[in-house]
Amino acid sequence: MAEVVLKGVEKFYDNGFHAVKKVDIVAEDKEFVILVGPSGCGKTTTLRMIAGLETISDGEIYIGEKLVNDVLPKDRDIAMVFQNYALYPHMTVYENMAFALKLRKYKKDIIDKIVHESAQLLEIEDLLDRKPKQLSGGQRQRVALGRAIVRKPKVFLFDEPLSNLDAKLRVQMRAEIIKLHKKLDTTIIYVTHDQVEAMTMADKMVVMKDGVVHQIDAPLEIYNNPVNLFVAGFIGSPAINLIEGKILEKDGELYFSDGEITFEIPSRKELKNYVGKIVVLGIRPEDIYDAKFNQMAEKPQNIEAVCEVVEPMGNEFIVFLKTKNAKITARFDPKHSPSIDKKIKISLDTNKIHIFEKENGNKI
Amino acid sequence: MNKTVQTILTYMIIILFVIISIYPILRVLTISLRPGDNLLNESLRIIPENATFQNYVKLFTEKPFLLWIRNSLLITFVVTITGVVLASTAGYAFSRFRFPGRKAGLLSLLVTQMFPATMLLLPLYIMIAKLNLVNSFTGLVIMYSASALPFCIWLMKGYYDTIPTSLEESAKIDGASKILAFWKIILPLAAPALVITALFSFMTAWNEYIVAAQILWYEDMFTIPLGLKSLQGNMTTEWGMYASAALIISIPVIILFLSLSKWLVSGLTLGSVKE
Repeated sequence: MAEVVLKGVEKFYDNGFHAVKKVDIVAEDKEFVILVGPSGCGKTTTLRMIAGLETISDGEIYIGEKLVNDVLPKDRDIAMVFQNYALYPHMTVYENMAFALKLRKYKKDIIDKIVHESAQLLEIEDLLDRKPKQLSGGQRQRVALGRAIVRKPKVFLFDEPLSNLDAKLRVQMRAEIIKLHKKLDTTIIYVTHDQVEAMTMADKMVVMKDGVVHQIDAPLEIYNNPVNLFVAGFIGSPAINLIEGKILEKDGELYFSDGEITFEIPSRKELKNYVGKIVVLGIRPEDIYDAKFNQMAEKPQNIEAVCEVVEPMGNEFIVFLKTKNAKITARFDPKHSPSIDKKIKISLDTNKIHIFEKENGNKI
Repeated sequence: MNKTVQTILTYMIIILFVIISIYPILRVLTISLRPGDNLLNESLRIIPENATFQNYVKLFTEKPFLLWIRNSLLITFVVTITGVVLASTAGYAFSRFRFPGRKAGLLSLLVTQMFPATMLLLPLYIMIAKLNLVNSFTGLVIMYSASALPFCIWLMKGYYDTIPTSLEESAKIDGASKILAFWKIILPLAAPALVITALFSFMTAWNEYIVAAQILWYEDMFTIPLGLKSLQGNMTTEWGMYASAALIISIPVIILFLSLSKWLVSGLTLGSVKE
């Protein structure tokens, strides 16, 4: 069991590309940490540096208080699950799982015991004699997990392990990995580009872009309080609505206007400095209601919009609305399906809005 | 087109090609079985009248044929081992590591393939002569290895390129050193390419005549192709013995191809990773 600490970690590739920029991450002991970001954001490079598969250009990485910058992968006491599973094709499932133990000179009967225990845990006992090519995608994924857990390492590293599975299997494996984390009780560092995966599985989420860490926090905390425009836009599906406009002041109250729609916003102290300036307002689709059915007690801010498209999801309706200057996505209760091409009134829960600076995207 | 007609046509074409390729071999067989006075017979019978093994017997009793076979086997064996060992390791280095001179190295290996072997004969001979290796098996092994290796290295490199690096990375995390990961994971997966490398090295040495004719001068050092040629005299050629020798030396090649054919299947890496 161990915590993993990254201090000012940098990665320059030989061609001069600056892939990871001054990254500081602390993964506490037994924590499930997920690095998430769009492709090319440096998350996989960061993971590979923790694994020792990539050299560190600058900074320090500690695993369980031991500086591992120059420690070989095999001596870091880690296990890694690769995106393409990387099962040894010429070995059976049993041999795949026993390989690491054999290299560590475990006795035969002990290897046998550990492999069978792990196989039982992952329900792959009946596959032990098969070769990887005789397995389905989901089964290969389990074997890859099995190969990682036999050694009981301090830290598990996952590199987009679910991205090759179909949607249904992915949801299933997600739950299994969460269960596995509880059972094994070890630190997990997990890389994905799928924000749903990150939201559902992580104890701590690290949002990265262009080699820079933008925010580290619990998933819900990041969802509710994104530090900047990128994080706000990346986390959440459907994505947050972002509307560019000005902050106005009238009779001591603050208003937001994009030139056409105008509504009152909570007059926080920090916002007063931005009166008359252009800002970006973010509001999540679930904080927009059909005004007819709105039950918000305080100051509902109503605006008019034309309903363009309705996507019935069964449990909810995703409604795409349009005002003169902005496009707005809303999540309505399925009982409140609006008619297409009709003007409707919508209410915004302005307590839930986020206001960002236009220039640097930081939250105000 | 009707499916039956298509099948019949396909088979007819295949049969035609089988006849074209098998006829010369049958012809050689016939000649090897003919008694001495019957060589120029124009009969098309595969097993001739008065068929006899006398040519085969003469080959082993009157000529140092066994010695030639031994020489050829020895040289071929060494060339094949050298080829497999050097090509498998050099190909791996070219495929996996980035080092100064990598591109130039690969390119110069390719360039050597652009010249016909006969053109390289003179410079190679001078080199071998200066090394005092004329009339030695070592000289011949060097010449053969040098001509087989560039192709084999490229072949191995190309095959390694198709094996995902995540397999070695996984092995490294599992506790294997670089060499162990190569030995335990990559080499077994490269078996099809290794087999082709071995076959190519084997064929380079086993059938070669021109180079051997320059390097080896004495009859007791001859390889089989040289020995065969020596059956061709100024006045007469012993066609019967010639034919029987030709058949005998093709046997190891046939056995080799048949026994290795199961390794020639590609797609051994199938299923290891999701494409």
